[in-house]
Formats: sequence, C-alpha cells, structure tokens
Amino acid sequence: MTQGVLIVGATSGIAQALARRFAQRGARLFLVARDSANVQSVAADLRARGASAADVFVMDLNETERLDLMLKSAWQTLERVDFALVAHGTLPDAARASSDSAYLIQQFRTNAESVIVCLAGLARCFRSQGNGVLAVIGSVAGDRGRASNYAYGAAKAAVHAFASGLRAQLFRHGVHVVTIKPGFVATQMTAHLDLPARLTAQPDTVAARIESAMETRRNIVYAPGFWWLIMTIIRLLPEALFKRLKL
Amino acid sequence: MSPKKTYGSWGRYPAFPQQGHPIHWRENVAQALVDSAQRSPVLAYGCGRSYGDSCMAASDHVLLMGGMNRILSADWGTGLVVAEAGLTLAELTRVALPRGWFLNVTPGTKFVTLGGAVANDVHGKNHHVMGTFGRHVRSLTLHRTADGAVTVSPVERPELFAATVGGLGLSGVILTVELQLRPVTSSDIEQTSIRFGSLDEFFDLAAAYDRDNEYTVAWIDCMATGKKSGRGFYVIGNHAKEGELSAGPTDVVTFPVDPTVSLVNVFSLRAFNFLYYHSQFRRRSVRRVPYGQFFYPLDRVSMWNRMYGRAGFQQYQCVVPYTDGREVIRSMLSEISRSGTGSFLAVLKQCGALPSPGLMSFPLHGVSLALDFPQRAQINQRLFANLDALVHEAGGRLYPAKDAHMSAAHFQSAYPAWQRVEALRDPQLLSRFWQRVTR
Repeated sequence: MTQGVLIVGATSGIAQALARRFAQRGARLFLVARDSANVQSVAADLRARGASAADVFVMDLNETERLDLMLKSAWQTLERVDFALVAHGTLPDAARASSDSAYLIQQFRTNAESVIVCLAGLARCFRSQGNGVLAVIGSVAGDRGRASNYAYGAAKAAVHAFASGLRAQLFRHGVHVVTIKPGFVATQMTAHLDLPARLTAQPDTVAARIESAMETRRNIVYAPGFWWLIMTIIRLLPEALFKRLKL
Repeated sequence: MSPKKTYGSWGRYPAFPQQGHPIHWRENVAQALVDSAQRSPVLAYGCGRSYGDSCMAASDHVLLMGGMNRILSADWGTGLVVAEAGLTLAELTRVALPRGWFLNVTPGTKFVTLGGAVANDVHGKNHHVMGTFGRHVRSLTLHRTADGAVTVSPVERPELFAATVGGLGLSGVILTVELQLRPVTSSDIEQTSIRFGSLDEFFDLAAAYDRDNEYTVAWIDCMATGKKSGRGFYVIGNHAKEGELSAGPTDVVTFPVDPTVSLVNVFSLRAFNFLYYHSQFRRRSVRRVPYGQFFYPLDRVSMWNRMYGRAGFQQYQCVVPYTDGREVIRSMLSEISRSGTGSFLAVLKQCGALPSPGLMSFPLHGVSLALDFPQRAQINQRLFANLDALVHEAGGRLYPAKDAHMSAAHFQSAYPAWQRVEALRDPQLLSRFWQRVTR
C-alpha cells in the first residue's frame, strides 16, 4: 500500500519540497495550510508529479479548537499515516517583537504554542495507531538565544524541548519523533532578508535531509549537516563572551 | 552579512545589477506590481539566461518568478500540461520524460523558465519541422495592471496572445502556460555527425538532410581562413525509437573560478577550434547519446559564462533570409575571422518556414548564425557595426534575447510589429532592452 503522508504548513517552502519528494514516490498526501488557493495549487502540483492523492484541509493552525477535526479528517482520508511533518511558522520581525507586546505574543503563539499543541494532537493519533514517524521543523535559532532573533529562537527552543520529551514518551509506543534544525534556507519566509549566500541552502537540500532522517529514524538533525558544527561551537561559548558577539 | 544578492544577464554585459523581489504565488503578482508602483516599471525575471539587457528592468527591480513553479495539471494521456511560469524546462522534463513525454521545442539550455521560453519564443534544432516554442502553447494566463488576470490564446484575445509570444515579457506578467508535449519512446537521440570542409558543403548537407531529420545544426570553425574557411560539423539527431525513458543524471560541475580577464582569447580559440575540428577521425560518425548530451552539452558546466571573465561577453545571433543567405553568411564569416575574435561555438542552423503565432518572434525562413565574443568595447563595436550592416541589408535580424547592442533603427525595421506590442505593453513593465530600441 502506498504511504500516507500528513503535512502541516504545506505551503511553506521546505514542506513543498518534501511533499514533492513523497509525491514522486506515489504517496497519498494530506495537506494542511491556511490559504485555500495556495494549498490547492500545491495539491495540484503534487498530483501532477505522481502523488496517488493529495487532499487539502484549510485551517489557521492558531485556531487550535479545529485541530481535532483536522486530525480526524486526516486519519479518515489516509487511513494510516506513515509520516507527518509539522512545518508551519513565521519569522518575527525582531525590532517589532521587542517593542510591540501583542505582536510578540502572537508570534510566540504561532511558532511555539500552535506547534506543540499540534504535536500533542498528532502524538495521540500516532499512539493509537502504534507506529509512524513524526517530524517537526525547529531551527538552529532555537539552540541559543541570539541578539538578532531571540523571539523566534525562544519559540523554537520550546518546540525542541517539547519534541524531545515527546520522542522519549512515544518511543515505547513504536512512534518516532524527529527534530529538524534548519539553518538559513532560501524560502518565502526569508525572502526579505540578506542571507549569506554560502550558508544558505535550497529548500530541496533540506527536504532531502528530512526525508532520509524520517526514513532512518534519526532523532535530531541539522540541515544542512554543517550547522551541527557551527551550533556546537556557538553553544559552547561562555555566556560572558557570547553576549559580546553580534550574532 | 554579505551584500545583497543581485541578478544580471547571462552575458554579464551590460552590468546593471538587478534587485530581486521573489514571487511565490500567483496571487502575489498583483501586489508586487502595486508595491513597485513607486519605482516602476519592473520586469518578470526567470533564470536570467537572456544574454543582454532584455531580462533587466528599466528600474533595475525585477520580480523573481522561480518560486512560482507548480505544475497545475498534467494529462499524461494526452501530454497537455498547465504549469506556473517559473517552472524550468529542466524540471518539467524531469517529471514528464519518465512518463513518455518531451518538449516539442527546446532551446540549447534547459535552465530557462516556461515564462522565459514564451516571452522569447525560443526555438531549437528542430525549427525547420516544429517551428518555435509558441506554436505549442495552447493558452496563457497573464496578470496585467489594468485588467488583472486574463487568459489569452490564439482564439481568446488573440492580439494579446500574439503580443505575448516573443513579446519579451512586456504585455503582462505571465502566470501560467498551457503547453502541448510530444510523446517519445526513448530518452536517447540517434546522432550522426558529418564533417564538412566549406560553407558550400554545409548548404549541400542541409539541403540533403534537413527535410528528413528532426534535429539539425552545424558547428563551424570561425577561426579558419582561406581554403579552410567555413569548415565544421553538421550534426543530425532523431529520437530513438526504443530504449529507456530516463530523465538522466542531473550532476553538474561548476566553472570553478571567476577570472578577472577572459580565458577566451585568440590563442585558446585557435587551439580549441583546431582540436574540436580534428576530434572526429572519420568523416561521418553515428552514435546514440542521452538527450541531455545532445540538447544541452553546456548545461553540464554550471556558470560557464565565467570563462569570459568579469567583463562578460556578447552573443551575436542573426538570421538572414534564404535568398542570398549563403553569400551573406560567407561575408560575415570572413569579417569575423579577419577580426581575430570569435567563439568556441559558432552555430549555424537553417530555420524553417513555419510561422510563429508571435508578433516579434526571431526566426525567419533562412539561415541563423550565432557566436559568442568576449566583451571588448572597441573590437566589438567595429565588428558588430560591419555585421549589422550586412544583416540589415539582407533583410535579416538580430535576436533580442541575445542582444546588447542593436540600434533602435535596425530593431524597428527588422521587427515592424513592435508598435503593436508597445500598444499592448503593461505600463508597469519595461525592460532596459525595450527602452533602448524603442527610443
């Protein structure tokens, strides 16, 4: 039977690239995103590229009261979910986040709360299914709060901690959790930034890494892999030095 | 942080760094045009494979279309595909070829977008039997500032369709393309390469083989003089009848350095052309090659344009009508070899009589010649002026997609329909090329 794949935040650049990889293998996909027209285009693209099916569920992930309906619908449509990816998120404007409390709360809600609530819901479904792989997109920014984007980093750190606990809990139920930590990726989320060209990956490079991490049941994966070295060094810097760096 | 990435054209001349504004969704195009109203006019930018200034906006702000690359429908029974304009031919082929479908018309690189292929009405080695890319486009949608999203086809708003095919991206931002693919039963090409010693021999070969073979093109040694002048290879290709359907490997090597000065000079050219001409021992060689090797030999070296150095290069591509095409090409080749500059690949091709649906399509029923020249202001100015005069007198024309020099007078006499395109131009869209040739 073809694989069932659930993608939350399906219009994000990384999610689209991963979905295309599953589509090429003939998977059945269930796509969740906020913008109806855009996610319909993504679904059409996946069908043309070989997906056995690509169904769509339109929701704003901040409306957590609709989460159970979405999960029910996903499991009904796919019958079994072999792989799930939680990929939705935003990149907060750091300056605004430091001056506008409502904005800070809203951004934290999107990037941390709505993600962990979604993970918790997926965990319930996966547990009763008794197998499957659940991946979530964190960020290198979640490894240490840096002066340039700590609002984003704090939300991603919450996701990392939650995913780590979930991994340990679901392990004994045959369900695997993968934490993906991408570095700079050229997507619509980062399109307005001047990213250093040499450190910036294409979405498909990251997607290829996610695909293999899900298949080989890795725990925590940096994407691309060289970020492991960079972040290890950054994490080991003493705080007295770290606070003086412009990172 | 490094300075912001800018975008240019393939020839790196003229150097007007373009600021990029990425578009990821069709519905974003309208907003992007509104946002650009202050610095207008802008231009849609695909892969930047146009050589001169036709892919540069008058404002130096371009809309990057590469993120808008979804296939919206594909009927693998009939080969009819609708896709967003930012999809590259490489990606479309990767999806379609294993299912037994290939492009009806492909240019010499697969790294162009559908939108770019339409806007330049590209052609390939089978022009004499299949015509231009635009002949296989069933319909288009484009966003126009005044009208919003509109659908155009040979029957629906035909004048706007005609102004968009080969219209250099000025009639609106192309959103989607409905394209007819062709069935193939193998991804390989049966290739025959025949060595010839003179221009007359080339025309004899073309007369003998063009009619019965789908793909034909010739390479000539533009450094050869005297009796050797016009020598080269005539290459024939046809789709193999049976075999594997494989999109093939996508491995590329990147040209490793960005030299300050051109590595292409009179010495390297003489050596290359001499070796290339003598690389085939027999007069006639028959081989079966993967489609990529046949259609896109240069795509295997990413950023090969770097070999011309930072100053860049210009491609000179013209087409002259049959009537006295042979003599005009002969005169041009002697001008070029006398100038002592030239290119690794001087490409000669007979174009067919099939009309394009576009108002400003480049090919004419005649002979097309294309060469690359390292950018050197004085040499090129003198040489190009002489060549331009020959082309103009013969009733021929230059290819806007390759051009960085043609005069407004030559453009306007070679493309008399330009005013009909100008009349339908979206005022928010303007290229540096159009600004230059419509003054």
